[in-house]
Amino acid sequence: MVRYTFKRLLSLLLSLAVASLVIFAVIEVAPGDPASFMLGMNAQPETLAALRTELGLDTSKVARYLAWVGGMLTGDFGTSYTYRTPVIGMVADRLWVSLPLALYALALSTAVAFPAGIFAASRRGQAGDISVMGATQLGVAIPNFWFAMMLVLIFAINLRWFAAGGFVGWDKGFWAGMHALTLPAIALALPQAAILARVMRSSLLDVLGEDFMRTARAKGLTERQALWRHGLRNALIPVLTIIGLQFSFLLAGSIIIEQVFYLPGLGRLVFQSISARDLIVVESVVMLLVFSVIVVNFLVDLAYAAVDPRLRSRS
Amino acid sequence: MSLLSIQNLSLSIYGLDILRDVTLSIAAGEIVAITGESGSGKSLTALAAMQLLPKGTQTKGRIMLGETDLTQQDEKTLCGIRGNDIGMVFQEPMTALNPVQTIGAQVAETIRIHDRSISRAAAEIRAAETLTRVGLPQDRFPLGRYPHELSGGQRQRVVIAMAIALRPRLLIADEPTTALDVTTQAQILDLLKHLARADGMGLMMITHDLAVVADMADRITVMREGEVVEEGETRHLLRHMNHPYTRMLFAASGHQVSLPEVAAQPPLLEVTNVSRDYRLPRTTLFSPAGHFRAVDDVSFTIHRGERLGLVGESGCGKSTLTRAVLGLEQVQSGTITLDGAPVFSGNAPNLAVRRKMQVVFQDPFGSFNPRHRVDRLVTEPFHLLPDPPVGADRTRAIDEALTAVGLTPADARKYIHEFSGGQRQRIAIARALIIRPELILFDEAVSALDVSVRAQILDLLAELCGTYDLTYLFISHDLSVVRTVTDRVLVMQSGKIVEEGPTAETFDNPQHPYTRSLIDAAPVLPQIHAAE
Amino acid sequence: MRRNLILGGMLSALFVLAALISFVWTPYDHVALNIPNKLQTPNAVHLLGTDHFGRDILSMIMVGARTSIAVALVAVGIGMGLGIPLGLWAAARQGSWLDELIMRGNDLVFAFPSIVIAILITAIFGAGAINAIIAIGIFNIPVFARITRGAALSLWQREFILAARVAGKSAARISVEHILPNVTNLLIVQGTIQFSLGILAEAALSYVGLGAQPPTPSWGRMLADAQTLVSIAPHMALVPGFAIILTVLGLNLMGDGLRDYLDPRLRVVRA
Repeated sequence: MVRYTFKRLLSLLLSLAVASLVIFAVIEVAPGDPASFMLGMNAQPETLAALRTELGLDTSKVARYLAWVGGMLTGDFGTSYTYRTPVIGMVADRLWVSLPLALYALALSTAVAFPAGIFAASRRGQAGDISVMGATQLGVAIPNFWFAMMLVLIFAINLRWFAAGGFVGWDKGFWAGMHALTLPAIALALPQAAILARVMRSSLLDVLGEDFMRTARAKGLTERQALWRHGLRNALIPVLTIIGLQFSFLLAGSIIIEQVFYLPGLGRLVFQSISARDLIVVESVVMLLVFSVIVVNFLVDLAYAAVDPRLRSRS
Repeated sequence: MSLLSIQNLSLSIYGLDILRDVTLSIAAGEIVAITGESGSGKSLTALAAMQLLPKGTQTKGRIMLGETDLTQQDEKTLCGIRGNDIGMVFQEPMTALNPVQTIGAQVAETIRIHDRSISRAAAEIRAAETLTRVGLPQDRFPLGRYPHELSGGQRQRVVIAMAIALRPRLLIADEPTTALDVTTQAQILDLLKHLARADGMGLMMITHDLAVVADMADRITVMREGEVVEEGETRHLLRHMNHPYTRMLFAASGHQVSLPEVAAQPPLLEVTNVSRDYRLPRTTLFSPAGHFRAVDDVSFTIHRGERLGLVGESGCGKSTLTRAVLGLEQVQSGTITLDGAPVFSGNAPNLAVRRKMQVVFQDPFGSFNPRHRVDRLVTEPFHLLPDPPVGADRTRAIDEALTAVGLTPADARKYIHEFSGGQRQRIAIARALIIRPELILFDEAVSALDVSVRAQILDLLAELCGTYDLTYLFISHDLSVVRTVTDRVLVMQSGKIVEEGPTAETFDNPQHPYTRSLIDAAPVLPQIHAAE
Repeated sequence: MRRNLILGGMLSALFVLAALISFVWTPYDHVALNIPNKLQTPNAVHLLGTDHFGRDILSMIMVGARTSIAVALVAVGIGMGLGIPLGLWAAARQGSWLDELIMRGNDLVFAFPSIVIAILITAIFGAGAINAIIAIGIFNIPVFARITRGAALSLWQREFILAARVAGKSAARISVEHILPNVTNLLIVQGTIQFSLGILAEAALSYVGLGAQPPTPSWGRMLADAQTLVSIAPHMALVPGFAIILTVLGLNLMGDGLRDYLDPRLRVVRA
């Protein structure tokens, strides 16, 4: 297990390194001169020169890259050009909205998808299965931001159970914060839950056809017992991959959902920065998003090993 | 009263009749073998006894376990019977165990399902005892082992342990040793026999292998296409076979062919001191990668017109050797030459040499691209020719090849899924013959075929030997087949050739202990005297 | 499941047809402002109503269909065109550094959800339909590469591939002659799925302003416009929403139907 963890950790670090290179290359190298890009064509030569020095553009690319990475490792993500504040401060606040939202949605999605998938698999071909499959077929077709609008229309504007938008902030209490995130989380979770339910169902059906399930029945286990004690854990293995991918989609999706609910998350920050051409902020936010995805996938890899003993030892 | 009595069992799945009026019985402590070819319904009969039939099955008739009619019981009662009164062992040991649970937990589970009051610790003790009974003692196979850490034979022992943990009255074994090596097979069969006798357990043994049947069973039931054609006490049945199918089956099992005589000829294939290593993945980050020697200093020669056999169990290196001879893989040391020319030159296989060799594979279902027609499939080796025939010449070559193997030219336009297993092997032989190679390698070419079909293919082989003067290397784990189609034989173990000699002599009088153990382990079909 | 195939096929065809027809005819000019007629709910004159500028929604939907379908289609094309060869190559060289590189590359791209790629591209090159195509397309590449590789790997184990190697065929030739035809079915099904995902992704990107820019119409942007008015003119949000849902649903059903239709042919029934 230790060896496996070590290998996955190396893989994680490698991915992070390459990702940072790619982001750096696209943002700082591709546009040619980031300074004139940020300031536009009508900029004064003095302003340009000042910005260039500030960005360190007179040093070599390699040095800039290393400085950037080094900065990130110590928590220094640079200073936003438009707002003149450290990026870390801006991002940290927003992160506390986007990340909980994504996790909340993941929890909801899993909580709905697992029972639905298991239910459908255990009643294959019957009414229960068909209705779950029909519902999921619809669920994957619904754009989450449209669903969000509908939720706002019904639950916020008409029923007034929730606010139509905005985020009260965590200082008003954990539950108040969660309440504000509920509609967005549901909107995000819906299509992902539909996908996950289908994957759970098909994975379980695959496992139900395996030989060891027949062996379990031959021992005297009922169908239900065989499913729970033998089928589920084996079915979980491919499902875990999907959950890892899901988190990345949820994080990306939350960026979009924030527009519907006017949430002060990373999404708003990134779009504002794009219009303001504040490359430093864009760079940092993208790096952060990719970082979280890679870390979550690393955790999923570890979970694999916990579930599947074949990964833990060299046979 | 018998332990198990199946009375007039008829079974259909979604309207398709599978079993018709099957009647058989097993007495306590008796070993009854159900035998037949694929499609005979023997496995379904076994599953019916466990009432583990697939959805859509409709049954008529009775299955009496003692006084109880199993077809009339509800699922709850049946769950109480399975594992407790009747145990079952299946064919594929590699996939029969849950890969994420320890063997101890899986064996203990059988005990705990049927006895809710037993504590976990007590169940584990009993599991350990059972595992020891089947030949997996605790010191070498602790309860915490996972299935992937065991070999096929060891996994099958675990499955048997799960089945007999509660000392059931009846054990059903559905082809339990078909997927195992000859020596492992012998051990597992001995184990089953011993357990049956020791516990006074009835044993329903499903197998297509008539030699095993003759060896083990007290009574034999022969099935064909869902019906019982004959049954009786073993020794009696072997002497007095009534039904023509039974006679055909046993005749085919012991089918011998006579190959045409061949005079001494110059050598064709020369393998000299060949070794093939594989690199193993690193165990730690900094240690050098280890090597696994799959073929170890192997030397042999095949002369023109000679038919050489190669026997060995799985993992002995025969597949690696085959690939090396074909020039598909490079060897680390030694040379392989055909007619003096090396099969591998520089860093690439020598296709001019490969042209003179062809292969027939084992799996009739997997050796053809399902999307191509037979004419395209059969002419694949044309790629080796510098000037392959086109147009009318090509058609002629295809027709000739198909006719030579007993098919018709019209078959060239069909797809492979339209043919049976035996027919596909014929097409595989046609593919091997079409460019008139000097040497053919038969890699377990008849191992996946039914007994009667196998006999036909062996006949075809003998015929082709006469027509085309074939030289071949016949690789198989089945000693009886090798005996009849080869002049000389090589015995391979762990990468080395341990014995070599004329086939009949080597099998009758083995010198090397490994050869001896192979011969001893292989069940032998008793000589069938002509029926009266 | 013929039903799935037919129903899905019809739904998808409906929108493709609408998109094609829009090149020669729409009920009204989709950019013509008509303020006096604004915010009409669906009626006999404007079958799907009008938006806040009085534009005919049906016409906008038809023209918007072009954008969605074009973007999704080209993105699938990019994904398949680059992903399938990469997957075949990786499988043919399984275990080598090339295989490892391709797999790592895949994982890396997966770490950049398409929205993130779109953000990056837009930040540098500006917003537009081309960016949406590139962003979605790049993300499709590892999807097809991974699926192709997986299917190809199991095929490489089969004996008929060994027979082709014995016949002296190169790995490249085998990949094209034997492997590719046997994975085509799988890829067609995945293609319809990625197509439907592409439509959703394009809508999302347009919604946040990173996709097709005005005056090019797009369903996503119609939803963005509808957002502030959703309580007084829900049809402005419902219509484009249903358009997206029905197109995606149609494609998914067709994909399911295709999978069932194509599969049994290859299955060998053993006694």
